[in-house]
Amino acid sequence: MKIKPFSDYADFSELQEDSLPEVPASQRLASIGDLLERDSQREKDGFPRKIRIGRIVKPGRGLKEKIVIVPTTVEEKFIHDTREQEQEEPGQSGGSGEGDEGEVIGEAPVHGESESGQGGPGQGEGGEHEIEAGAYDLGRIISEQFELPNLKTKGRRRFLKKYSYELTDRHEGFGQLLDKKATLRKIIETNIGLDKIPDVYDIDLTQLLVSPEDSVYRILSREKDLESQALVFFVRDYSGSMWGKPTELVVAQHVLIYSWLMYQYERQVVTRFILHDTTAREVSDFYTYYSLKVAGGTKMESAYRLINEIVEADSLDRDYNIYVFHGSDGDDWERDGKTAIEQLRKLIGYCSRIGITLTPASMENMTTAERYIRDSSILEEHPQEIRLDTIDEDAADLRLIEGIRKLIS
Amino acid sequence: MELISQHTKEIMEGCKTRAREAGLRFQDESLEYIVTNRDLLELGPKNMIPTLYDYWVHDVEVLREKGKYELYPTNPYETVINTRPAISFYNDNNPDWLNVMIFYHVLAHIDFFQNNLYYRNTWDEDFAGQALSDKRAIAALRSEKGRWVDYVIEFTRGIDNLVDHFAELSRMSRPAGTRPSTRLDYYFDVFLQSGHGGGVPDYLKEIERYNQTVREYDPMAESVFFAETRKKHPEFDALYEKWKREEKAPAQDLIQHLQEHSPWLQQPENQWMKTVMEIVRRTSLYFQPQIRTKILNEGWASYWHEKLFLSDDRIRGNEVNYARVNAKVTSLPRVGINPYALGMRLFQHLEEMADKGRISYDYQRLADGEERRQYDQNTGKGLAFVFDVRENFNDFTFIHTFVDQDFVNANRLFVAGRRLNSQKGVWEFFVKSRNAEEYKKMILESLYHPPSIHVDEEKTKEGTLSLRHVHEGKPLVREYIANTMLGIEYLWGGAVRLETTEAEADLSSAYDDLQPFYMPQASSEAEAEAQKAKLRQVVYTMENRKLTRSVT
Repeated sequence: MKIKPFSDYADFSELQEDSLPEVPASQRLASIGDLLERDSQREKDGFPRKIRIGRIVKPGRGLKEKIVIVPTTVEEKFIHDTREQEQEEPGQSGGSGEGDEGEVIGEAPVHGESESGQGGPGQGEGGEHEIEAGAYDLGRIISEQFELPNLKTKGRRRFLKKYSYELTDRHEGFGQLLDKKATLRKIIETNIGLDKIPDVYDIDLTQLLVSPEDSVYRILSREKDLESQALVFFVRDYSGSMWGKPTELVVAQHVLIYSWLMYQYERQVVTRFILHDTTAREVSDFYTYYSLKVAGGTKMESAYRLINEIVEADSLDRDYNIYVFHGSDGDDWERDGKTAIEQLRKLIGYCSRIGITLTPASMENMTTAERYIRDSSILEEHPQEIRLDTIDEDAADLRLIEGIRKLIS
Repeated sequence: MELISQHTKEIMEGCKTRAREAGLRFQDESLEYIVTNRDLLELGPKNMIPTLYDYWVHDVEVLREKGKYELYPTNPYETVINTRPAISFYNDNNPDWLNVMIFYHVLAHIDFFQNNLYYRNTWDEDFAGQALSDKRAIAALRSEKGRWVDYVIEFTRGIDNLVDHFAELSRMSRPAGTRPSTRLDYYFDVFLQSGHGGGVPDYLKEIERYNQTVREYDPMAESVFFAETRKKHPEFDALYEKWKREEKAPAQDLIQHLQEHSPWLQQPENQWMKTVMEIVRRTSLYFQPQIRTKILNEGWASYWHEKLFLSDDRIRGNEVNYARVNAKVTSLPRVGINPYALGMRLFQHLEEMADKGRISYDYQRLADGEERRQYDQNTGKGLAFVFDVRENFNDFTFIHTFVDQDFVNANRLFVAGRRLNSQKGVWEFFVKSRNAEEYKKMILESLYHPPSIHVDEEKTKEGTLSLRHVHEGKPLVREYIANTMLGIEYLWGGAVRLETTEAEADLSSAYDDLQPFYMPQASSEAEAEAQKAKLRQVVYTMENRKLTRSVT
């Protein structure tokens, strides 16, 4: 049995029963990063920190708990402490209906009273939310703890995303704020219509007719704010030679990069996942990206070409900061890499950064891909656009973060 | 966010006509907007005012609400903003009949906002417009002063529950010309009682002398009276003038006091902070009446939507749908308090009582149960009476005055207790009392009631601001004291003391720790017993951002 506090009663919940629209994850407000930054500044200014990262957990069947990570804070004030009373008489409240004094009318478990609400059905996007929330937190931690560089500009390209409310709509007759200029114009218009103004250079103000309808007011309306957004292509070689360790390394690094970007772009990150062997294909989500295996050969060129096609088809380079992160063991059937380099140069034309991570089985000989990339001197020509890193397949997590720094800094 | 369609606006206008015919009074214009649930999530922390100033704590709350919404999608929001014209928000997927119901509910809210006397300070205001101008002022300051604007907002909000709503109302409604002659006040209230007048018999003699003078010399009485006085006390005029000079300014709340007397804020480079403080204070004052009339306001709206909806010819055929929604809104919960249900039933109860002439001395003095049941004067004054209640009461007076045993019995209300059944490992809810006084006490306990904390001017010296908390049976929340005082210290620019009262047992209790956010362990029952024992005066001092506590 749950007691609803006063503050939880409100018109919308009470009058509108149960409409349950979906919120797309991409549209969530994005500022935990700012908030945390503000908090560390607070400490430097000599005040205690105020933000805490909390979790809201919704218990589900079996082990399918849903967790959302949210910031919390308390606005301290002088208020009465009612807890002492509660110790004396725990949880006193009102009630109605049958029952004699002293009669027990219901019971509730002592533990597990978590956040409540009319539990919605809540399937669907759950999994995705979980990883996103987790990734964000991870991104914050790796950014702070490993001092990864912050992106300097948050995007030279802008994307319409957030809204704020301003008094910008116009409304005749009544409203929030009288727009004097528009009202005057309207009065003049009306009077010209009524033939009250024979000479516009010599207006007799005393002769003007003013109708209440001439008053133009500004009223509330929703305005778009600008915000930047990133588009990241994660590319993984899933050919036959990529099994076990190399795959794990690539995927683990991609999770970290994803988290870091989530944090840097405050969730405004769109991800696309591309797998390739000799041909490339796009998959819809991270799980598929992570788990698919094939036994084919390798052609990196196919993946790069697919990205170029996707970007061109929707002119994505206009609206997004585009990143490409590619993981492979560096084995390529295309020995000279001619077409691969050609596609890479196209990518360089619009990408903010291309990061290629090679995880060869042995560090002794340079892999095919590394060789042809280095031979093309593309790395020296475009140090800001493309980076290459080679990681031993036995590398630990720290090396992965080091790798990210190499790819990104 | 867009205005409702012409079709829906027409429904609204129809509701207005019918509501007016029923006696509700409100301004002609109103603005209705269609909003999404997401809009509402963002408006929530801003008390539904889209133009309220930006503040990072609101962002935190929005993020938290969004997180919650992901797991539990609901619409936890109010709809009407008390501004001119009144603004209300609607979901875009409401059927027409539901809109009829909601419109009546909203119109009753607007009627309440525009007629209840506790809202007097908000009657003439276009708060959405005012808030926008405040928001711009803060944005402009922020671009200049950066994060310090947010610190000032935070520290002022820390004390914005101490704004003196009632003093504000009292200042507004004092009619001109009722101020009594201050010279006379001084003579009788101060002068004679501070060693110039001898004892009580002399005091009474002086009163008699004044009355005598009035009888003989009115309208010149006062000057004649004081001409006599001057003979006896030549120093009187000089003392009176001195007193007038020193006479205290009207009572100020803490924010006002800081604005006016803080040495730090008087410095030219800190003047801008006062602007920010004023905005926070004004905003808080604006919401004060709403916090204090939740039961009354929601009860009034529920009372009217029920009354008007059922008599509206436009909803034929949707009675069953309506009944379902309405039952959810206005049912009394088995355990818990629903302000909609409680307020609505109390209004209905009062209407019936007044109709039968039972709100009268004659009825009150009846002792015989049967006679009480039979009592019916058929006055027909029920409706007029509830309108009167709507105008003059707030939650405290509403509950305190009208909850009686008749009402509790009629609605089968009770105080529910909760106790631990350790064998079963559950909380048990039980019927604790059906006594109206107990029920009333329980409701009153749950109402908003900020502590009474004022500047102690006598003890404010050598740069230390001294505050006194009047003990009303409850201590202050200990964990919040540190940060709140930190904020006051910043705004004052020097040390701050707070005198308060705490239970002695606190000294050894588990939460003798002043860190913010620290939540105490539940202490044992024996300890709780001990806590009841003795109260002690405690002084907190915040100096150089360090808090110390001492028992006097």
